[in-house]
Amino acid sequence: MTQLALVIDLNVCVGCHACVTSCKEWNTSGSAGPLCDERPYDENPTGTFFNRVQTYEIGTFPNSETLHFPKSCLHCEDPPCVPVCPTGASYKRKEDGIVLVDYDKCIGCKYCSWACPYGAREFDEKQKVMKKCTLCVDRIYDMSMPEADRKPSCVKACPTNARLFGDIHDPESAVSKAIREDGGYALMPEWGTHPSNHYLPRRKTKVKIHEDELERADNPLKLDQQLPKPDKDQSTMDDVSAW
Amino acid sequence: MSSAPLHDPLAPPVTGATTEVRYTTCYMCACRCGIRVHLRNGEIRYIDGNPDHPLNGGVICAKGSSGIMKQYSPARLTKPLRRKQDSERGAGEFEEISWEETFSILAERLGKVRATDPKKFALFTGRDQMQALTGMFARQFGTPNYAAHGGFCSVNMAAGMIYTIGGSFWEFGGPDLERSRLFIMIGTAEDHHSNPLKVSLSKFKREGGRFISINPVRTGYSAIADEWVPIRPGTDGALFLAIIHEIIKLGLYDREFLVRYTNSGELVNLDAAHDEFGMFVRTEVPEEEGCYDPQNKLWWDRNTNKPVITHSEGADPFLRGEFKLPDGTPVKPAFQLLQDRVEEYTPEWAEGITGISADTIRRLAHEMGITARDQKIELPIAWTDSWGKEHETVTGNPVSFHAMRGLAAHSNGFHTIRALSILMTMLGTIDRPGGFRHKTPFPRPIPPCARTPNDPRAVQPNTPLDGMPLGWPSDPDDLFVNADGSPVRIDKAFSWEYPLSAHGLMHNVITNAWRGDPYKIDTLLLFMANMAWNSSMNTTEVRKMLTDKEESGEYKIPFIVVCDAFHSETTAFADLVLPDTTYLERHDVMSMLDRPISEFDGPVDAVRIPVMPPTGECKPFQEVLIELGTRLKLPAFVTQDGQRKYRDYPDFIVNWETAPGSGIGFLSGWRGKGGEKSMRGEPNPNQWEMYAKNNCVHHEVLPRSYQYMRNWNKGYLEWSQRNGITRYAEPILIHLYSEVLQKFRLAAQGKGLTRQPPKNLAKRVETYFDPLPFYYEPLETQTSDKRKYPLSALTQRPMAMYHSWDSQNAWLRQIHSHNYLYVNAQTARNIDINDGDWIWCESQWGKVRCMVRYSEAVEPGTVWTWNAIGKAAGAWNLTPQANESQQGFLLNHLISEELPPQPDGSRYSNSDPVTGQAAWYDVRVRIYKTAEGEPEQTSPQFEPMKKYPGMKDAPNWLAYFGGGRKKGGAK
Repeated sequence: MTQLALVIDLNVCVGCHACVTSCKEWNTSGSAGPLCDERPYDENPTGTFFNRVQTYEIGTFPNSETLHFPKSCLHCEDPPCVPVCPTGASYKRKEDGIVLVDYDKCIGCKYCSWACPYGAREFDEKQKVMKKCTLCVDRIYDMSMPEADRKPSCVKACPTNARLFGDIHDPESAVSKAIREDGGYALMPEWGTHPSNHYLPRRKTKVKIHEDELERADNPLKLDQQLPKPDKDQSTMDDVSAW
Repeated sequence: MSSAPLHDPLAPPVTGATTEVRYTTCYMCACRCGIRVHLRNGEIRYIDGNPDHPLNGGVICAKGSSGIMKQYSPARLTKPLRRKQDSERGAGEFEEISWEETFSILAERLGKVRATDPKKFALFTGRDQMQALTGMFARQFGTPNYAAHGGFCSVNMAAGMIYTIGGSFWEFGGPDLERSRLFIMIGTAEDHHSNPLKVSLSKFKREGGRFISINPVRTGYSAIADEWVPIRPGTDGALFLAIIHEIIKLGLYDREFLVRYTNSGELVNLDAAHDEFGMFVRTEVPEEEGCYDPQNKLWWDRNTNKPVITHSEGADPFLRGEFKLPDGTPVKPAFQLLQDRVEEYTPEWAEGITGISADTIRRLAHEMGITARDQKIELPIAWTDSWGKEHETVTGNPVSFHAMRGLAAHSNGFHTIRALSILMTMLGTIDRPGGFRHKTPFPRPIPPCARTPNDPRAVQPNTPLDGMPLGWPSDPDDLFVNADGSPVRIDKAFSWEYPLSAHGLMHNVITNAWRGDPYKIDTLLLFMANMAWNSSMNTTEVRKMLTDKEESGEYKIPFIVVCDAFHSETTAFADLVLPDTTYLERHDVMSMLDRPISEFDGPVDAVRIPVMPPTGECKPFQEVLIELGTRLKLPAFVTQDGQRKYRDYPDFIVNWETAPGSGIGFLSGWRGKGGEKSMRGEPNPNQWEMYAKNNCVHHEVLPRSYQYMRNWNKGYLEWSQRNGITRYAEPILIHLYSEVLQKFRLAAQGKGLTRQPPKNLAKRVETYFDPLPFYYEPLETQTSDKRKYPLSALTQRPMAMYHSWDSQNAWLRQIHSHNYLYVNAQTARNIDINDGDWIWCESQWGKVRCMVRYSEAVEPGTVWTWNAIGKAAGAWNLTPQANESQQGFLLNHLISEELPPQPDGSRYSNSDPVTGQAAWYDVRVRIYKTAEGEPEQTSPQFEPMKKYPGMKDAPNWLAYFGGGRKKGGAK
């Protein structure tokens, strides 16, 4: 059974927010749209975004790390947002595991957002329905697009290619491989939600310099070394002794 | 209820829609990525990256993805506006006028200025990407008073590197991360060449490259660095010099590279009594001194122990030592002088300045030196060097660097960047795989050949300027000064105060014009530059200057014209506002004559083609210039009998040539009558169509043998010469030791054969025109009481915004609606400031009230904030309550455009004394809590800006759905 998901590589995410707005621009005019914005030019503007990037500082200066952390619906294998929905609007697709909201059934009761431990749901204050990441379900099966474009908008946009997309149930897929080989992990596994989206941790490249590498037989300094040569007019032993 | 979904998520949300995809070039920042604009029923549905574009290969950033919100922004200006006669400048009271009236006002006023004293017209432009055209307009008009924003952006980076290696970061070159093993990024550099850098940085990391970030602050790209080395602002030069010290001490430099490709081995005259003191000894002076280094210098050959002409067959110079020429002249190789210079710059010395431990400095030097030496790349690419020697391979030392404004925006930035360029050179990384690589039209001779006039008589009524408005001085005789040594230009560029100010000093134009120093002007035309807000230092005072009047009641700057697409703070100070189009509504060229988007493997230029009709009466600034140039009968725009030469901008781009029949024009692709030629060829009437058919981009991939070692690559240089890119195909030796700088120093010492500076400037020129890099504390810091103002204050640009213009963007402003002052948590705690407190941040020049955010990612002596998020109330058609003006703040209020007065009362620009680069990052501040009862609102505040005629109302709700009403689904 297919389970589509994102694998987000924190090792390369620079926090540029490309995923945030490329998602917004695709989805506001797509199947889930419009994604409304309240007070767009006034104080405290706020709107519906399926992707958000949070930036954290970890540790204390100077031993601190800065981490950019993109967040969206994790398309859990056991999504707690589905059973709590009184109208069946919140559902998980059998064919690909994408968790969706049926906007025509949603009554905006917000049970699902209370049930989601990840805070991934976005209530549209204008339309009064719950929305969330659809993994761009209206792109990935759109056969009118070239195959290369049949990906979530955020994946296509991401300048660092930090967002991998594929079937995590297919052991040969790039996402499964990344999870397996690069230490992919799920968020808060203790909740038993089995998130499909995974994150790849920071991986550091270090170098070790051996002291003897600092010296080399072909050190260029040798070529330019000139041992001091005294002036020929200076006094030597020749001046006083014939031995 | 049935379990079957009612809403079909796969169904097209708009049925029967007309859709279309158009290609053009992004302009949400200066990267210039290729984009596809997807239209639905004529509205923008989606903008994504063009997968076939060489720059971005399909990716797009947060800004590019938000282009829709810029296109439909309520901050857009849509009509030409004239300040109401009875209203004061700055009040924002305008009336609509027609373009015809606009042009007749401009043509009449500027016609009179041109007929009397053309320098009284000043044209200064912002982030426009059309400097080839704007510069040409100024030159044709006959005014020297033209520059773009480079002087307050990164001219130190351009000049420091170009005067050393003949090329520079960003458009002109960059780190070859594809082959690099160690990458060092120094200072804030996220905002230049950002998408390509993100793409390559990610690949670099994934392939196991090591990334070190040296920066007072850890944000953006630094977050994913393998190591973060915090450094005190403005001390990078000390770090580089100490690294050079260590690299020389251990012999970790690439000797072969230094010998053959730099002036390291050339002998410098050390006879202090000689007029040529500090200059290279020459065998003979060639009859024709062109704009290049003649190959007439000497080495001291190790094999014969005699002086020989450089690059003599079989010779190998000493890089170190002290010698006497047969005529008794004492000489040393340039490298020895560098070694002498860095002798005192030990890691221990640098530790005290930079805050980086001596051990870390040594380790950085070792990592760089050993990676460069032991991880060599040999590419099987045969090439021929300028001296005719054939090489079977191209060698690479895979250590690369990137830096931009973090180094540049200090008053010691030029020498810092010289030091960095020398470090990159010592590691043998210039235009080699894994190191720094050039992009056409670079490398150029050192310095490049463009020159300004050097005589005030170059400015004559009704006559084009006799020379370029901007250029690259090679000695004091190239300065653009009057007989008494005073500046000819309003911004004092190319004067003895800022001799190598290759990009001008836009940041001083308003102050100088207001003060009448060096003279008063009549008309100031600003294009796309927010000089009444975030693009000016000392913003509050500059705003006053714009409205200040003479005793006669006339404004001190009599006439101000602003061209912008949006309701910026500066538009309020205009007498005439010209509404520009957005990038989606116009033709544009990213020209080889300007700053093209070339790749390492060859020249690339690109175009924009309108995908939307202009909004309202918006007119592209290019069209304004062509029309105005025609009405003023500037020679380039009219035929010999004074008739219109170009129908419009696209027609101009196709048909204009650098000289009649030269075959060189704005665009390099599809030239020749049928579009069969590249780089050079007759005008092609169908050139735009051919660009349109080819992704709006022209990319000529050079043969591999022309892709490396281009400073000394015979094949490449001759190709470049054949195509009119450069006049000379001589080798471009790297200037470890700068004779150009020494010529200025000699003049200041009363030696040499060139003209000499006025007495009051001699000491300054002598000090800062040192032929070898040196470290000095930034000028403003020198004049600050460091006990009173213990902190350095910096800004940087967030990746989701570009300059000031994204606060109008409903999506992007939700990412950054206001800014905080980030303070090291311990620093703040020490003075009882809590996270989120309102504080005053104060410099010797002024203070701002703002909010604090604790940070563990900033070194203790630095505070910083995001640039240009703070806005004047009401500007950009945001409501006066918007966060940008109430919680957001501008650090510019704390930064002066001038240094404290000299003893004689005169004032230097707060800039690098070599290049005139604005020293944004030199300011020192203190912070303290606000008093009880003070408002929780940023200070200073200004009278809210008004909306102008022709602007839309800003809606309370936005439910953007591009291209029609939706059927079904969420309602």
